[in-house]
Amino acid sequence: MNTKFTYTDKKDTRSGFGDGLLELGRTNPNVVGLCADLTGSLKMGAFKKEFPERFFQVGIAEANMIGLAAGMTIGGKIPFTGTFANFSTGRVYDQIRQSVAYSGKNVKICASHAGLTLGEDGATHQILEDIGMMKMLPHMTVINPCDYNQTKAATIAIAEHEGPVYLRFGRPSMPIFTPANQKFEIGKAWKMVDGKDVSIFATGHLVWEAILAEAILAEKGISAEIINIHTIKPLDEEAILVSVSKTGCAVSAEEHQINGGLGESIANTLVRNNPKPLEMVAVKDSFGESGTPAELMKKYGLSAENIVAAALRAIERK
Amino acid sequence: MDQKPTINELKKISSQVRRDIVRMVHAVQSGHPGGSLGCTEFFVALYFHLLDYKKPFNMDGQNEDLFFLSNGHISPVWYSVLARSGFFDVKELSTFRKLNSRLQGHPATEEGLEGIRVASGSLGQGLSVALGAAQVKKLNKDPKTVYVLMGDGEQQEGQVWEAAMYAAHNKIDNVIATIDYNGQQIDGPLTEVLDLIDLKAKWEAFGWEVITTANGNDMDQLVANLTKAKSLTGKGKPILHIMTTAMGSGIDFMEGTHEWHGIAPNDEQLARALGQLEETLGDY
Repeated sequence: MNTKFTYTDKKDTRSGFGDGLLELGRTNPNVVGLCADLTGSLKMGAFKKEFPERFFQVGIAEANMIGLAAGMTIGGKIPFTGTFANFSTGRVYDQIRQSVAYSGKNVKICASHAGLTLGEDGATHQILEDIGMMKMLPHMTVINPCDYNQTKAATIAIAEHEGPVYLRFGRPSMPIFTPANQKFEIGKAWKMVDGKDVSIFATGHLVWEAILAEAILAEKGISAEIINIHTIKPLDEEAILVSVSKTGCAVSAEEHQINGGLGESIANTLVRNNPKPLEMVAVKDSFGESGTPAELMKKYGLSAENIVAAALRAIERK
Repeated sequence: MDQKPTINELKKISSQVRRDIVRMVHAVQSGHPGGSLGCTEFFVALYFHLLDYKKPFNMDGQNEDLFFLSNGHISPVWYSVLARSGFFDVKELSTFRKLNSRLQGHPATEEGLEGIRVASGSLGQGLSVALGAAQVKKLNKDPKTVYVLMGDGEQQEGQVWEAAMYAAHNKIDNVIATIDYNGQQIDGPLTEVLDLIDLKAKWEAFGWEVITTANGNDMDQLVANLTKAKSLTGKGKPILHIMTTAMGSGIDFMEGTHEWHGIAPNDEQLARALGQLEETLGDY
């Protein structure tokens, strides 16, 4: 199979966050880190070691962590909170809503182990509703990068952005297929592959699956355009509309519930501007379960093959 | 601040603040007069005697004392005291809870009202925010103090105790948290709704230095105790001040009952209330 992007190395996206945070620690004295008893899982250990006075261990008390972070912005700090995506959103929604978003605080909510690829821990920890919850909050920026390099670049970029950000990443080792030291532009979609028959909009871990799907579709003589939507809010509506006006149909792909995710945001954009067939690759209103990441992605329909099938359906509906 | 007002002057300001509270709540027939009236002495003592704050208002709040209101529903007393201490024009008090006002039902930063650094209303969050600000003061080598007020009913929120545990563990000794202990919440007395049992023992067990004010509506006593609380900062422990007050204090028919937690007086009740409160600084 001839993919347009290749890789030689694999790494988890959370390590991109950890390494990005360490770099920020060295370049921006206002960056502080908070963690709710998951320093190792969030890869915040190196930051903690090098900047102990700027690292705050809060224990298993996520609500307090969000409040502390809001308070730390008063006096000029840029707090990065770290815990699992489940405990970064659903558990602390009201604290984020009132003390961070409504109060316009410059807090970066950094969330690991998002989605099904958390794996064996099962559905209690596999949050699939976090993008929806976060994108609904006024003032909130929502970012879901695709690999180690993009996550590191996004981590560094959000420190320069004034305002609350939700940064979502994951646990498993994934191909590193985007360039090191890339420039990350919040809200700017990245057209990775040019195509003419179908637009595939993917976010997070599903971007690599979309790259694989493009190669399979090419073998069938179908030209797919692959667009990396690393920023779900603000959504790059212009990039979406330009692409779909060319291809005439679209597929969205995400490790999230079909309700409230990227697909829904794209549907919203298309319906208001240029209604065209859209097929959504996402979890169909169910909880996950224990299993390996690969088994789960297959069972819940989030693999390259599912993107291919969705692309064929979308083209059929043109 | 130039010269600090005397205790007698603080009492006169309190009378005007109480007039503001009942007039604001009456004008829109909504809001929370009970807790506001009960905390009048506290806010007046804080802003006219204790706090070392800067004007014009700066969100960043470096090298000045900070105050956070966690039980945001008592916004009328805060708005009145902020206006009376010059953060914004007292005329703006007439916009309380109205469309396009900066004086939202619960305090907010969205409309840029001077004096407010975080939104509050959903209970239990203010102590965490205050602790974050206090830790940054230490990081910034800023010697000033962070004050926060919570309600007693608010002690039923779990986040308060997460924050309590965190503060003592981290020796955040530049924060003074006050609890308005009026014994009332919306559905009735705390002892009936969900009893706090021994509140002082709870906070002591969480590692805080606890002081109590038997009558938080007695200005002499309150100023003395807040001054004492200040003297206890910087000694390795966070300070908790349990301040017993009477909900609705200063207006005989509102005092000591939960009935006036979130009810506005009618025209006749307003007249009766104002008849008991001397106009000292001029109504807005």
